[in-house]
Amino acid sequence: MAQLSSYKDRNFIAVIGDEDSVTGLLLAGIGHVNGPKKNFLVVDSKTPLSKIENTFIEFTKKNDIAIILINQHIANDIRPLLDDHDQAFPTVLEIPSKDHPYDPEKDSVLKRVQRLFGE
Amino acid sequence: MSGTGPRINIFPTRMALTTMKTKLKGAQTGHSLLKRKSEALTKRFRTIVQKIEEAKQKMGKVMQVASFSLAEVTYIAGDISYQVQESVKSAQFRVRTKQENVSGVMLPTFESYLEGGNAFELTGLGRGGQQVQKCKETYIKAVETLVELASLQTAFVILDEVIKVTNRRVNAIEHVIIPRIENTIKYIISELDEQDREEFFRLKKVQGKKKKDQQAAEKERQLKDAQDGTQNYDPQPADLLERNEDTDVIF
Repeated sequence: MAQLSSYKDRNFIAVIGDEDSVTGLLLAGIGHVNGPKKNFLVVDSKTPLSKIENTFIEFTKKNDIAIILINQHIANDIRPLLDDHDQAFPTVLEIPSKDHPYDPEKDSVLKRVQRLFGE
Repeated sequence: MSGTGPRINIFPTRMALTTMKTKLKGAQTGHSLLKRKSEALTKRFRTIVQKIEEAKQKMGKVMQVASFSLAEVTYIAGDISYQVQESVKSAQFRVRTKQENVSGVMLPTFESYLEGGNAFELTGLGRGGQQVQKCKETYIKAVETLVELASLQTAFVILDEVIKVTNRRVNAIEHVIIPRIENTIKYIISELDEQDREEFFRLKKVQGKKKKDQQAAEKERQLKDAQDGTQNYDPQPADLLERNEDTDVIF
């Protein structure tokens, strides 16, 4: 089970999202830059998929991140990775973006909920 | 009966029977306890699921408001995204984890706190400072909602796992361990009965043999007595020549 040590020193919130979402969240003060490493990634139409995937994997492996926020339209692009991520930490949270309204049907957690209750 | 189903490999003795009975009792108690734990967890789980759905809907609204306020900022102060991204140094908004105990399961909950100074003091200095401030507050509120949702989601994932494990154990005890112990008990009882019957039969056999021996001895003794008696009454052997004399035949 989740040991105390596995989440005691997780303090940061990471974010993968479009420019507006990231800006807003950074404005709230979640951004943390440690040398060349940032805990946020701005994704636009030109960002290659591999970069998103690598960043997501990197965030899941870092042990100081408690929550990963990801825009749902980006989450859809790397859906297999999200579905594979079954650890409790860090928690992956899909958030709506300005251009893409939130669709509960696609959320991996809500999908699991629905599967569990057989709906 | 005893031959069917898997059983524990054990020598059928009365002591083993007692041990097995204790084990069965233990397994039954454990089963009912685990079942109750699983029920308590499931109850909790359902509440959390309900809360998650509510929180997700709330999140949608909050994020909408936040995006709108950012749009206001962009309208007044121009595009601040580059400036914001470049001036990030240390996280001001952080989370720490606390634990909550639900039937022996530690559920972490996130709690947000602010640390250090504002990194964006200069953002919007030229114009739109008020909007930037307002937008910042809106986003902080939004992130608080997100953190709340994240706690729920973590609890959901952990509870899901724990419930699965508990149910697996409940089923294992119910369908594997208890039947096996019951089979073993049946086997021991039938073996003991068998031993009893064998013992009874053996005793009977021994008794029968003893009786036979006795009877044989009795017979022999009687025979001996009888022999002794005839010798006493008629000690002389019968003499053909002495007794039955033939009458002389006269022609």
